[in-house]
Amino acid sequence: MHAAFGRRLENKPERSMTSMLWAARLLGALTLVAALLGSVVARAAGDQLLLPLMQRLPAADYAEKQELIQQLVQTGDPRVRPILAALLDGSLLSRAGDNRVFLLKSSSGKLRDALSGADAGSLSAEELTKIGVNNQLRKSLRVALAQFDLADPDTAVRLAAVKEMLRAPDPAVLSALRARVQEEKDASVRREMESGLALADLDSDDAARRLAAIGALSGNLNPEVFNRLSAMVELSADGNPVEADASVRAAAVSALRAIDRARTFYAGVQTLLFGLSQGSILVLAAIGLAITFGVMGVINMAHGELMMVGAYTTYVVQQAMPDHVGASILVAIPAAFLVSGAVGVAIERGIVRFLYGRPLETLLATFGVSLLLQQAVRDIFSANNRSVITPQWLSGSLEINEALAITYNHLYIIFFTLAIFFLLLLVLRRTRFGLEVRAVAQNRAMAKAMGVRTEWIDALTFGMGSGIAGMAGVALSQLTNVGPNLGQSYIVDSFMVVVFGGVGNLWGTQLGGNALGVVNKLLEPVSGAVLAKIFVLVFLILFIQRRPRGLFPQKGRVAEG
Amino acid sequence: MAEPRLLRIAPGRDPGGRVFLVLLTLTAVLVPLMYFVVPETSALHLSGYTVTLLAKYMSYAMLAIAVDLIWGYCGILSLGHGAFFALGGYAMGMYLMRAIGARGVYGDPVLPDFMVFLNWKELPWFWHGFDQFWFALLMVLLVPGLLALVFGFFAFRSRVSGVYLSIITQALTYALMLAFFRNDMGFGGNNGFTDFKDIAGFPLQDPATRVVLFACTAIALGASYLLCRFVVSSRAGRVIQAVRDAENRARFLGFRVESYKLWVFVLSAVLAGIAGALYVPQIGIINPSEFSPANSIEIVIWVAIGGRGTLYGAAAGAVFVNYAKTYFTAVLPSFWLYALGTLFIVVTLFLPRGIIGAIGAVRRPKARP
Repeated sequence: MHAAFGRRLENKPERSMTSMLWAARLLGALTLVAALLGSVVARAAGDQLLLPLMQRLPAADYAEKQELIQQLVQTGDPRVRPILAALLDGSLLSRAGDNRVFLLKSSSGKLRDALSGADAGSLSAEELTKIGVNNQLRKSLRVALAQFDLADPDTAVRLAAVKEMLRAPDPAVLSALRARVQEEKDASVRREMESGLALADLDSDDAARRLAAIGALSGNLNPEVFNRLSAMVELSADGNPVEADASVRAAAVSALRAIDRARTFYAGVQTLLFGLSQGSILVLAAIGLAITFGVMGVINMAHGELMMVGAYTTYVVQQAMPDHVGASILVAIPAAFLVSGAVGVAIERGIVRFLYGRPLETLLATFGVSLLLQQAVRDIFSANNRSVITPQWLSGSLEINEALAITYNHLYIIFFTLAIFFLLLLVLRRTRFGLEVRAVAQNRAMAKAMGVRTEWIDALTFGMGSGIAGMAGVALSQLTNVGPNLGQSYIVDSFMVVVFGGVGNLWGTQLGGNALGVVNKLLEPVSGAVLAKIFVLVFLILFIQRRPRGLFPQKGRVAEG
Repeated sequence: MAEPRLLRIAPGRDPGGRVFLVLLTLTAVLVPLMYFVVPETSALHLSGYTVTLLAKYMSYAMLAIAVDLIWGYCGILSLGHGAFFALGGYAMGMYLMRAIGARGVYGDPVLPDFMVFLNWKELPWFWHGFDQFWFALLMVLLVPGLLALVFGFFAFRSRVSGVYLSIITQALTYALMLAFFRNDMGFGGNNGFTDFKDIAGFPLQDPATRVVLFACTAIALGASYLLCRFVVSSRAGRVIQAVRDAENRARFLGFRVESYKLWVFVLSAVLAGIAGALYVPQIGIINPSEFSPANSIEIVIWVAIGGRGTLYGAAAGAVFVNYAKTYFTAVLPSFWLYALGTLFIVVTLFLPRGIIGAIGAVRRPKARP
């Protein structure tokens, strides 16, 4: 900023003299504006003040225009804002005959009188001239507009105005901000103003002000703050510190340390959240398996393919309602549950029920099913990946501060998994169906003797586990490519989660999946994603050998299996 | 004691095995004749491609016998046997890569092409020695054997069994697949090894080398069949089958179940490694997809289709499924996976003892358990 200023000083002395002069005047003017805005005095200024200024605008050269803009701002009249905005985007026109100024409505080509706002009909192109601006004028215009916006009732507009002004923080702008900062009610806008002012104060000649500025900036995670403070504590080319004052330097160093600590902390929080979300995916994939494997003792190798079916259901639902992408996901969740659940019931009735008590055979037969499903999907949807659109409300990220931003899909997947998990617990613990499922799992013969229709329960339990896999597929469709191989990449992982957590224990699955996700994310920066995964697998292999029944083994005779 | 044991593996006691050995001998004799002696114009002439294809089936058959040894006789369902096969293959592949020498694309006398490509400056330590054929052969036995020994030692000692063992063997091969896909591992990343030139000084493209390798594969298959036959009919074999049928009872009778399981597991892994080492020079490529869990499950289905617990049934299943695969992937590509999937289901539901078992049941209806 200053270097650029200096270069201009060398090349074009007279020009920069005027701009310095102008800057000084604008400073006065803006202070005035700040005082006047919103007051009744502004209204009284009236047309007789604005009109002559407006009439001079078309013929003026750039330096004069600068002058005129400043005077217009000085009037404090609210009508000035649209005029300046029009000047900025090139839709301020003047009539050749009498230098009368009009605003052009960009879309329709209609003209309005710049001051009265009255409809001025349409004029031929020859009669009108655009009032031109150069880059320097544009910059001043933007700052002038931001000045008006600082008083806007909308917080977002004010915030944008502050950010705009801080892009070019020359003394005039800063003093205008300083004047506003006390009146600002909204905390976020105010913080933005204060940090901008403090950043500018770092360049102050007064050591006390620099010190105060560092105090104001402590705990601020803006990367700009970090860079500026780091620059202060460095040594300049001649070997002396950039910052001359020792106490200021010490303050800067401790502020930097505080920022570092905060950053490390938030990075940790971020890793934890990413880990939890990755763990949630694992839990989501494994929880259906925990039902079929844990409760029923059935190894379902087609589990991954049931997730794939769920993902493709999402795709089909989205194709069926192309105008409601946002709602399609919500429709897809129950749809995927039903479709995958139905496939699951079919697998149970057709194959698995003949193989109860022969887990290894079930494993092979269901692997056959997985091959069939994969090939069926290849033939129906082609072997290429299908793209499922992520709806608006799932994309983007939640910015908690400059150092911590969580993408919404990571956040939603955590909540989605928890919702399914607790729903499942509720079904198993509090409903009659859940009671019967547990009864069959614990003692099939006794349950049968008590009048439980075990065949029916088997089919429904398997269907429920498969349906949950389908819902997991909906979530996966938002995270990865939907293709025929979608399920394969999760099958080993989800088996490991179930065994790690302890077969037949849903809480174990939940805890195990999340722990593995977090460990994976912690390892990733050190070793890279693939190696982290290998480490986790090796760890699991060793863990299972130490504790073959998982984290939370089932107690009693069931465990003897 | 020696006499009865020999008698037990004698062909007379094992009609199916006798058929298998006769067929194998016929193949080993006739195929080179049909390749070399029969003129190319004759319908009986075999192309080099067919010879290689048959050699591939035979190395798969050997792998299937290895799986049958532990699954059919010891009840250990390994879903990671493809890993041992691939490790044997990689050990052989490393030798073949070193044997290329300066004839590679980049012409480096020591470093294989992919290392030059990745800007490696010197040979990683585990590549030393692989320029010697005998060392590579030793590694073909040692690497799968040691992995099986360590893995099996921990797994069997902590009594991981049944589906849990299946799952962790699957995780083992999955982890190895991920590892071998990495370029940093020094095994060629996802391209693996290929462009082999010669083996022990003989060019691989040469028909004579091809026939010798074919004969080696046939001999190895026959020998591993006889070895496994010997093992399962020995006294230790009885114990192994007892472990399959009632592990706890065998333990309570005083047998060290873990040791029996471990040794049969290691033997099986070594056989799988040898099969891999025979496979690679003939097929001319090895890459990490050999480690994929789906491959290992497919091996199990060869055994299941042929009929487990017979050894020759496993070999027949491997040849049958792979012949069908070769045929259908050429004629009806999308049909093959449907067929394979259906085979998995039909065999487990309706043919628990495989094709061999079904034939036996037709011939001796009362013999069914």
